[in-house]
Amino acid sequence: MTSANTRQNPAPAASPGQRPKPAPPNGAPVRTTGAQSLVRSLEAVGCEVVFGIPGGTILPTYDPLLDSTKVRHVLVRHEQAAGHAATGYAQATGKTGVCMATSGPGATNLVTALADAHMDSVPIVAITGQQTTGLIGTDAFQEADICGITLPVTKHNFLVTDPAEIPRTIAEAFYIASSGRPGPVVVDIPKDVQQLNTSFAWPPEQRLPGYRPVGKPHGKQVREAARLMTSARRPVLYVGGGVLKANASEELTKLAERTGIPVVTTLMARGVFPDSHPSHLGMPGMHGTVSAVAAMQRSDLLIALGTRFDDRVTGQLSSFAPEAKVVHADIDPAEISKNRVADVPIVGDCKEVLSELLDAVDTAEREHGAADLGEWWTQLDDWRNRFPLGYDWPADGTLSPEYVIQRIGELAGPEAVYTAGVGQHQMWAAQFIGYQRPRSWLNSGGLGTMGYAVPAAMGAKAGTPDRQVWAIDGDGCFQMTNQELATCAIERLPIKVAVINNGNLGMVRQWQNLFYAERYSHSDLGTHNHRIPDFSLLAEALGGVGMRCEAASDVDGVVERAMEIDDRPVVIDFVVGKDAQVWPMVAAGTGNDEIMAARGIRPLFDDDEG
Amino acid sequence: MSRHTLSVLVENVPGVLSRVSGLFSRRSFNIESLAVGPTEHPEISRMTIVVSVEEQPLEQVTKQLNKLINVIKIVELEQDSSVQRELLLVKVRADASVRSQVLETVQLFRAKVVDASPEALTIEATGDTDKLDALLRMLEPYGVREMVQSGMVAIGRGARSITATAVR
Repeated sequence: MTSANTRQNPAPAASPGQRPKPAPPNGAPVRTTGAQSLVRSLEAVGCEVVFGIPGGTILPTYDPLLDSTKVRHVLVRHEQAAGHAATGYAQATGKTGVCMATSGPGATNLVTALADAHMDSVPIVAITGQQTTGLIGTDAFQEADICGITLPVTKHNFLVTDPAEIPRTIAEAFYIASSGRPGPVVVDIPKDVQQLNTSFAWPPEQRLPGYRPVGKPHGKQVREAARLMTSARRPVLYVGGGVLKANASEELTKLAERTGIPVVTTLMARGVFPDSHPSHLGMPGMHGTVSAVAAMQRSDLLIALGTRFDDRVTGQLSSFAPEAKVVHADIDPAEISKNRVADVPIVGDCKEVLSELLDAVDTAEREHGAADLGEWWTQLDDWRNRFPLGYDWPADGTLSPEYVIQRIGELAGPEAVYTAGVGQHQMWAAQFIGYQRPRSWLNSGGLGTMGYAVPAAMGAKAGTPDRQVWAIDGDGCFQMTNQELATCAIERLPIKVAVINNGNLGMVRQWQNLFYAERYSHSDLGTHNHRIPDFSLLAEALGGVGMRCEAASDVDGVVERAMEIDDRPVVIDFVVGKDAQVWPMVAAGTGNDEIMAARGIRPLFDDDEG
Repeated sequence: MSRHTLSVLVENVPGVLSRVSGLFSRRSFNIESLAVGPTEHPEISRMTIVVSVEEQPLEQVTKQLNKLINVIKIVELEQDSSVQRELLLVKVRADASVRSQVLETVQLFRAKVVDASPEALTIEATGDTDKLDALLRMLEPYGVREMVQSGMVAIGRGARSITATAVR
């Protein structure tokens, strides 16, 4: 750093997944405090928005944050929401989300959101204040060992003890969060480190001798995969969230069309392959389509891309896809052969894997000829035609939750962003909304975090302000994080919330109905019986517009009215029947062959019997 | 289950031991022994970890360890091609009546006496697990009052160095 010019702005932002670009020779050190250095580092790394709440130990940083013209701060009402908002922002934009909290309870409130982002491989950076270095370890006020606490639920974390290390730590945190298999990173900064004088220079040198994410796949493995793909008779492309994160939607579509191989997209990958595409069999797993589950069970070759053979997809592992060879491509080597042994392991970024597979398939076809999948498609179409996704209207004349969700999807369309909480409404939203583009479906897949929908929608709206953002929420989930409607109202983040209000913890009730002899232990929330809370009034109290809909004939009207409101959040309380259930279903612990298209109907099992 | 000895080069930074040990416990891998110490490079520490696992879980252990940002390199050291040692300090009851017999055992194992009192001897021994187990079996009849044992440390035989390529 030899330049004498000390007053220029930091270097422009690096794009996610890349090391910060070398700056023009303006990186000369500038005298700052640790806090100023932190804010400048966030600006330099390209952070546009921070979701957070100030408090004692992070106050030094909030002071220069007030002056930043590049970083917008969104004051949330609970730190968990700051974390989920950062996640929603990251999932909707592909950039790294940022949240900020004070030490102690502020930091521990982030833990659920960090665990959530960890399970779903979402790049977020959490910056937490920490007690003054001299007080660490003395059980000081609002002290919590957040590095220790978050160790199992983050990709990495840092405790910064020297203000001179702030730029390097921030650069490394963003690089680690966004590269390789993305994930959450915590940067914990003691109050005195924020206050001390230091100097800021960008770009900092990064020192990560133990971190070398793999990008390019091994050519030999790719050729072997292509050979299997051109010779298999019943292949399936089993596509997970890794393809979405690699921005490889286009390559996937090319490969699917080039080979004619059917595609299934997991809960984390919904949207990466258009639902309208004829090769798409839908979602696999516990609540997947019969055709997707059956295709995998009867497959002779699974081409697993950016996915991890999660128990919710495989069902009982020992009886999962018993005849299939497995090609498994993932950027995280530890996922390969973790649950199901791969015959052809490929470590690499899915975008590179897919484009190399395209070439390799050409070569393999020239050598061995193309596979004839005619018979396979006859079988697949038969399943698809006999067991399409569907639902019955409740016999008691109440509103069907599936219908509501389906209509929202049709009216808001594929350009909107949809988030969901966790439970029945999440599964219906995954099933009955037609996703046509990546990053249009955000949900908590791995951790299954109730309360995710509203804050994630808030983050998505901050990242993609021109899109309509719909939170499809349940009445249980909504009561966990609805305080953020106040944030949305004040910060002008006009999200739309559809509360699929069945008065119960619906998925719990469904399991109690099926597996606990209809003994509904503590799953009735009273939102029907007592109308507590009144979601419409609640929305108004929090600065939004509240509506209620109890009849099918009113659904389109309220959705359209919600779509017209663009200056405040909207909540529609859809009062739906409590007995609707999510089908198809593979009961937990059973094999996928026992998938039930509806209660008592087991297409694969019964086929085998016959 | 078979025993595997892993040499793990890690960045010499605070918290790295808890990162490694936390990983083992949360993934349900059992550590038989773990020893940490400095290397010839001040910025690198070396852990020797002995685990009892099958081949497939061992692959998971090393892959998961490799994902830790502070882990630089992992090498499995085979028994035949490496030197593996543990240190044992054991306090044995040894009054005048049995002292010479105890000392004979000490000599037999090329161990040494590092402290003596009228009632007891403290013996230091190094070796692999089998040797130390054998020594303890021989000493037990006299009465082991107290013992402490280190984790295993190991180094590959020959001129090659696993740290040479880890430092850039």
